[in-house]
Amino acid sequence: MTPPRPTFPHRHLLGIEGLSPLDIGALLDLADEAVEVSRQVEKKKATLRGRTQINLFFEPSTRTQSSFELAGKRLGADVMNMSVVSSAVKKGETLIDTAATLNAMRPDLIVVRHHSAGAVHLLARKVDCSVINAGDGAHEHPTQALLDALTIRRNKGRIEGLTVAICGDVLHSRVARSNMILLAAMGARVRLVAPSTLLPAGIGRLGFETFTSMREGLKDADIVMMLRLQRERMNGSFVPSVREYFRFFGLDQEKLSWAKPDALVMHPGPMNRGVEIASDVADGAQSLIREQVEMGVAVRMAVLEALATHLPNR
Amino acid sequence: MTSSRTILTNARLVDPASGREGPGAVLIAGETIADVAWGALPAHPEGASVIDCGGAVVAPGLVDMRAFVGEPGAEHRETLGTLSEAAAVGGVTTVVCMPDTNPVVDDPAIVDYILRRARDTAIVRIHPAAALTKGLHGEELTEFGLLGEAGAIAFTDGVKPVTNARVMRRALLYARDLDALLINHCEEPTLVGDGVMNEGEFASRLGLLGIPREAETIALERDMRLVRLARGRYHAALISCADSVEIVARAKDAGLAVTCGVSINNLTLNENDIGDYRTFLRLSPPLRHEDDRQAVIEALAEGAIDVIVSDHNPQDVETKRLPFAEAANGALGIETMLSAALRLYHAGRIDLPRLLRAMSTRPAEILGLPGGRLAAGAPADLIVFDPDMPYVLDKRDLRSRSKNSPFDEARLEGRVLRTFVAGRCVHTLADA
Repeated sequence: MTPPRPTFPHRHLLGIEGLSPLDIGALLDLADEAVEVSRQVEKKKATLRGRTQINLFFEPSTRTQSSFELAGKRLGADVMNMSVVSSAVKKGETLIDTAATLNAMRPDLIVVRHHSAGAVHLLARKVDCSVINAGDGAHEHPTQALLDALTIRRNKGRIEGLTVAICGDVLHSRVARSNMILLAAMGARVRLVAPSTLLPAGIGRLGFETFTSMREGLKDADIVMMLRLQRERMNGSFVPSVREYFRFFGLDQEKLSWAKPDALVMHPGPMNRGVEIASDVADGAQSLIREQVEMGVAVRMAVLEALATHLPNR
Repeated sequence: MTSSRTILTNARLVDPASGREGPGAVLIAGETIADVAWGALPAHPEGASVIDCGGAVVAPGLVDMRAFVGEPGAEHRETLGTLSEAAAVGGVTTVVCMPDTNPVVDDPAIVDYILRRARDTAIVRIHPAAALTKGLHGEELTEFGLLGEAGAIAFTDGVKPVTNARVMRRALLYARDLDALLINHCEEPTLVGDGVMNEGEFASRLGLLGIPREAETIALERDMRLVRLARGRYHAALISCADSVEIVARAKDAGLAVTCGVSINNLTLNENDIGDYRTFLRLSPPLRHEDDRQAVIEALAEGAIDVIVSDHNPQDVETKRLPFAEAANGALGIETMLSAALRLYHAGRIDLPRLLRAMSTRPAEILGLPGGRLAAGAPADLIVFDPDMPYVLDKRDLRSRSKNSPFDEARLEGRVLRTFVAGRCVHTLADA
């Protein structure tokens, strides 16, 4: 008999903000178990049997959507993917109307990605089921931060006391925001390394060290977390050119050598090789990038399980 | 037929024009104020109806220099009729409506249309502001002369800033010959970019792109230089931060004919009120940091900011029930402007005559209107209000056709009991 778990006290997972270190720890523990389940031949559990999970993606995504799909299926849920590129939203239906329509189909869980910050909060207020934020604008991407934390914890044995350098397009990155909040809550030292044009205003006042030089920012770092340079979102000239960016901020072997010798490299994907990261680093011995993908499924299983106690239609 | 007479007795009179405040009574004869009796009761004329104000404040009706209306073109948001009802409830007796309609108010025939519709459907005084440039495109000047003759009270591109400096310079020069008033929304669009709220820590936390104060101050500073070059009368529609206060003060010191306004929202709310992405608080200029709010309150109390406007901007579900970055700018304001402004009075930041001066005397002076005074011979545009009466705003009670009030469910203190326009009572609070 396993001891009874503490119940997860939230109905939705809209962001890392609002989660206590205890909540985060509990999710990571659950995820550790999910890793074991996923490594078995028989990968299927029955926690969500009979439940309906809708993946509602307003932005194209390959890995996050498939990761949520697999996680739901491994827990026994019926998973429907709804890609909005070809749906009613194109015909002028508002987000709220889409939410109301889906809500009427009585789903148990909706996983939402949207290009606007706060859109998932808005949707969560209009539906009866549990909502998981799979990324909203430049705001949060909580499951990414959780999977990063799980990857770090499994490789370093802890999070507290580690120095984590988050490098690149912090301004547009929801991954950075969620990671900053989570890692700081768990006691890591978080550094942000980017050219000033890619750092949000007032970020220093939130208690994060900022660096505009990789040499200084990576010094003594245990973890080097690279961000995708969101080229498709840039309507202004945030950096002059890709080659200049790579020269000063792209992670190659030389820059990596400025961090601790046992530093580990992470990237949320999809990578732009030769832009923010060199191929030999991405595929090198210090890289955790492929492990992050595996942890992604586990963390999403953990989140779905944690929310299961709050599902409607009982 | 003799004109009707009404006497408002047992009142606490506030005349923002003179700064005088004290007990007394006001005699209305027909459309004008016949007598203001400070202290003693006026001679009680035969046949006058008497209204006992029970110690409530009697002051000139408010003059709102910036309100948006959906007529013509978006009557589902607001008509001149519903706007005027909302104004009457809020104690606003004169409204300047913005030209951002469909079609745009850039032709004398449309000015004429609005004035006729106002005459037939509105219960307060409506003065249309005409577009400064044709179609609000920021390129060609409108017919200031003909539009002025038709009844346009000022020229502005409404929510759109005039970004072309040459156009602004010529407009100022041409307007000077006609003594016309130009109003600009000071904002440098290239610095706004994709920004949707005040730039800073809170925007970074919400993952929303910010708008720096410099988007306002650069545009404002440019206009001050152009006014110095061209002269002419210029009014900065909405300023929202300490640096802007300083820029306007310097221009005034240099003797330029410059005035400025502040939105009731920037006086009473700050960026933190956006909270969980509340789109009703998405505004232009954006709600700023609390330090900026304190700075504009101070500037208002010192008289460095001339007027308070409602910046009333009715928006419906289709433009507001959206993710924050996709929603339209604007909030209702005309119905709650006085109640919200009284927060500053109750907090001891400004006395009543000065507060009311910024909402009646000063805008009337800037617009060249006879209102805003509590004196014999002035138009009988009057409000009776209890500055201490508490209430909780329920959006279902709003007269406006739209419901995007930033004060929904807010506790407010101070309520208009009666509103008179040209001697006629156009609003009486139901439970007064």
